[in-house]
Amino acid sequence: MTPPAPPTKNQIAGATSHPLLSVCVHAALVPLAIITLIPFVWLLLASLKTPEDFSGSMFLPRGEQGGYDLTRLTFDNYTRLFTDPSIAIGRAIVNSVFLASATAVLATFLAAAAGYALARFRFRGRNAMTILVLGAIIVPPPLLLAPGYQLLFDLGLLDTFTGLILPVAAPAFGIFLFRQSVQQSVPESLIEAARMDGATELGIFTAIVLPLVRPMIGAFMLITFLLMWNNFIGPQIVLQSPEKMPLAVVVAQMVGLYEQDYGLLMAGTLISVLPVAALFLMLQKEFITGLTSGAVKG
Amino acid sequence: MSITEPPRAVAEAESSALLTPPTPEVLNRDRALNVAGPAWLFLAPFLLVFAIFVLYPLGKSLVLAMQQTYGPGATEWVGFDNFANLLRDDLFRLAVRNTVVYTLGSMFIQLPLALGLAMLLNRPSLRGRGIYRLVFFSPQLMGLVFAAMLAALVFEKRAGLLNQALHWLVGFDLDFPWLQTHIMWTLILTSLWMYVGYNMVFFLAALQNIDKSLEEAASVDGAGPLGRFWNVTVPSIRPVASVVVLLSLIGSLQLFELPWIMLQSTPGPGNRGLTVVMYLYQKGFETGDLGYASAIGWLLAVMLIGLALVQLWIVRREDRP
Repeated sequence: MTPPAPPTKNQIAGATSHPLLSVCVHAALVPLAIITLIPFVWLLLASLKTPEDFSGSMFLPRGEQGGYDLTRLTFDNYTRLFTDPSIAIGRAIVNSVFLASATAVLATFLAAAAGYALARFRFRGRNAMTILVLGAIIVPPPLLLAPGYQLLFDLGLLDTFTGLILPVAAPAFGIFLFRQSVQQSVPESLIEAARMDGATELGIFTAIVLPLVRPMIGAFMLITFLLMWNNFIGPQIVLQSPEKMPLAVVVAQMVGLYEQDYGLLMAGTLISVLPVAALFLMLQKEFITGLTSGAVKG
Repeated sequence: MSITEPPRAVAEAESSALLTPPTPEVLNRDRALNVAGPAWLFLAPFLLVFAIFVLYPLGKSLVLAMQQTYGPGATEWVGFDNFANLLRDDLFRLAVRNTVVYTLGSMFIQLPLALGLAMLLNRPSLRGRGIYRLVFFSPQLMGLVFAAMLAALVFEKRAGLLNQALHWLVGFDLDFPWLQTHIMWTLILTSLWMYVGYNMVFFLAALQNIDKSLEEAASVDGAGPLGRFWNVTVPSIRPVASVVVLLSLIGSLQLFELPWIMLQSTPGPGNRGLTVVMYLYQKGFETGDLGYASAIGWLLAVMLIGLALVQLWIVRREDRP
């Protein structure tokens, strides 16, 4: 779980700090860390409690003779999530996994290819193209909601996964990241040498460029996966059939339907969060690198 | 195709240059032509999707903003009436006010705290700093929608964690109506929980990039901790800080999902949780007036682009020696 030790450029300066200072720092950080984590603990325990225990205790369920009774914890809420036909969370999970993966792969591939073209080819119109695409970063997504809806209506793509995926498959931000990543980690001489050796352009891209920008591919795939996983407004507008809805919509709708059923709501929330949290923890180093590279080096 | 061997073509162009010296411009064009083909092949898939699903709707939104629509089918040209009506629209004004309150809250509460956390964590001798970093970042793992779900329950009147914890600690009113009458503070606190660690990661990355010799030089020159902060730390992290401020402004001004989910798909009692994008959504997809929604979208875009330009101007001005 612990991320690898960060670079130790400033080891010397840090080592000279007073031990008492260190204690003070911990004294400030520990309460903040507890406040940050407590909602998660509450979430987990509430998802494992019956409605009576939820209202009867803040965290662990109380036993009949006082103290705590861990045997009262139950998986009932989770069982209901998967078996209650009016929730049918299984299908929502499948929808979310499909939508998020398809978007991540498509958007990453399109952005990587285009970012490479802008970074390492000289051609007429390149500057205009770069300005156009990078300028689009500033367009706030809500501006495109109304015209996008009308476009999908005209194309007959309302209530389809295609209509949900394509509008986010050409992310201007992705071009920016990949263009920068190629400029930093793919030497021009390497490409020229490969061309001299008779490699095809597609071969150069797949065999040389993509492996060199691999960290950015990982980071960007994760970013787009998370964006689509957490996309709420898009499916709300584009999709109509209940059986096509992703987790974000299904779980949010549960609030209205099962208002007092806290345990069930908590279980639904936790089920939705666990896969992405696991994915993140596996890829966290790449994610943070990708996240900060644009800001720090840009 | 000749695209597989552009270096030779370039060499030829250069050797012919010995005979009839061309202008550098011509040379450049030859080189450019040699690789333009594959460049466009790599660009084409992106550009196609981009043109259809970003550029076209962007243009279309300008047209829509001049129309009144009743669903995607029926439209009527109204010129700038949408904008004129918006400026007189009390609900829109309320939405702007709420959004600005939230934005200022995140700016002046969240970002200083994020920087403070980053500075506390930026000491390699600190034990468990990787764990701290992960802990503070962890709310970000939930994603906005699910964090909003959890927050809605945390801030519930009787059953919510916050009132129960405060009641147990200081005898706080169990029925305190966070969601009903203090929704702005509720949103600011929730976004604090969610984003403070996220912004901290940016500041931490910037702090780790500071040249240590600068700080040592400042120490040698007799600068105290405060002097080092103002004269070394602040100038060094300014580029990153300006990006964080801009991203946070852009994100805050587009606030929608958090209140929408916490208030169960409503703007809350008395529209206390109404935001600009929420109003856009309601007008476009509940009332069905895509034209009015587009006009709101453009006002939002103008506001964001204005802020970005101001930020750019500030950075440029400070870069000058």
